[in-house]
Amino acid sequence: MRRYLIQKVLSLLPVLLGISLIAFVLGVISPGNPAELALSRGGYEPTPEQIEAMERQMGLDAPYPVQYLRWVGRALTGDLGTSYASKLPVGAELARRLPVTLKLALCSILLALVLGFSMGCIAAAFHERWPDRVIRSAINIQLSFPAFWLALLLILLFAENLRWLPTSGNGGLKYMILPSLVLSSASAATTARLIRSALLAEFGKQYCTAATARGISRKRLVLQNALPNAAVSAVALMGNSLGGMLGGSVIIESIFALPGIGSYALDAITNRDYPALQGYVLLAGCIYVAVALLVDVVSMLLNPKLRLGGKRI
Amino acid sequence: MKNSRMRLFIAAALLGVILLSNLLAPWIAPCDPNEANMRVRLQGPSPEHPLGTDSLGRDMLSRVLYGGRSSMLVALAATALSMALGMLLGVLGGYYGGMLDWCITAVANIFQGLPGTCLMIAIVGVLGPGIPNLLLALVLTSWAGFSRIVRTETLRIREEAYIEGMRALGAGNGRLLWRHIVPNMMANIIVLFTTRVGRCVLSIASLSYLGLGIKPPTPDWSVMISDARLNYRSAPHLIIVPGLCIFLLLLSINMLGDALRDLLDVRSQEVKEL
Repeated sequence: MRRYLIQKVLSLLPVLLGISLIAFVLGVISPGNPAELALSRGGYEPTPEQIEAMERQMGLDAPYPVQYLRWVGRALTGDLGTSYASKLPVGAELARRLPVTLKLALCSILLALVLGFSMGCIAAAFHERWPDRVIRSAINIQLSFPAFWLALLLILLFAENLRWLPTSGNGGLKYMILPSLVLSSASAATTARLIRSALLAEFGKQYCTAATARGISRKRLVLQNALPNAAVSAVALMGNSLGGMLGGSVIIESIFALPGIGSYALDAITNRDYPALQGYVLLAGCIYVAVALLVDVVSMLLNPKLRLGGKRI
Repeated sequence: MKNSRMRLFIAAALLGVILLSNLLAPWIAPCDPNEANMRVRLQGPSPEHPLGTDSLGRDMLSRVLYGGRSSMLVALAATALSMALGMLLGVLGGYYGGMLDWCITAVANIFQGLPGTCLMIAIVGVLGPGIPNLLLALVLTSWAGFSRIVRTETLRIREEAYIEGMRALGAGNGRLLWRHIVPNMMANIIVLFTTRVGRCVLSIASLSYLGLGIKPPTPDWSVMISDARLNYRSAPHLIIVPGLCIFLLLLSINMLGDALRDLLDVRSQEVKEL
């Protein structure tokens, strides 16, 4: 078990390296001179001498590999550079905004789990009957909705016409309902599809046939016997979903005016604020890797074959 | 089986209508999609403008008819490119094994471990909007998925008895690879391609909505929705019609993928679970 964990952590190191390389390269290929951008403020144009001095101060005259190592070294201590737009440290700004995105992602994951599990169970329990057909069509429809369109439609309906919920902004849970509903829609559909097919696969196994023969009801069979086995595969999917949600939150946060890291990234793009964008990529990548590790640990705890040191197929 | 054929037919018909209307747009569109006329801005449906006009007075019907062209082309090109790259690397790695396979798998693992959407947004964010950058971002974030599935399939087919038989008959590596192994995974590839085109359309739509993909004033469904951000509360048709088009396009592609998966003999577990 320990060996498996160590192996997992080691296999994630190249991914972290890849993320840091990509974030660094994004900074290198970005148009404009970083020294000039760092100096210019409110229409002030720095002289060539000032720019040259700043270049030396920022270490931009060193070869790229050296710059990369310095940049990673600074990032490891939490120093992600200074934003061109606000002239404030990027790390502090990201840390201030991260809770909003995490709250949104957590609400969405919970919603996706509840919706996905219930839809999947109902569909499997009524296999090939009308609830199954309805849910399968609903899954296809959910997967075909562009998130931004769904968000605008929900705002039109619930915020503009019915006036039940606030249009946008950050506050209590009321402000999270529409954004997390939109963000969880696609994950709920994939979860439902996975749970449905996993349950159907379980139903085909001998223990389920035996249980049915003993007269155990369908409901008990689903909830007590088959679901715990099927749920293991949903854990891995949730990890993937969270990655999608991090990206999707850029759109959702901008539509619902939530001050999270996604809207920070979008502002960074509009302002050509590349250190901020680099910081965002690095942070999002690290969160994604951490979640992947967490998923591996949880599936290992849930799966006795892995826990007892069996080989992963 | 009959049910799957039926679904295949419905999906193909829907997709056909969407493709045809976009293809024939220059002949059937009533107006120039880019001709602005401020005197008729934000109008509702009327005989001259069956779907109304947008905030610059452009005819909505004409813009909707043209609206899928760029994103469909980019989605097809991006998926074809990432499939070509992913297949080449996956087949070579899976067939030859050794250092080559190790290197390809390592790089693919890194790309698979990255949050795709974040990366895509960052790439086009830095390089700027436009079709070449959009293609680059899409291919970079999706080739690894192809390569991994193709590699697993190659590993499976390589061990089949008929490959052994062909080798005994003296077939070379090249012949085995391109005449026997690749054709045997075509069912998987077709289904994978279909679902990935759908995913690409969705990514392109999201990026274009953010102003990072297809650039205005190109008549494009997502660009139209993005343009209507300030006016959609008073003129909901500005977002409902183009959104419905994206939705129907995605629905037909998803249904097509599902039906093909049921009809073709798909062996790969990963493709089955897509």
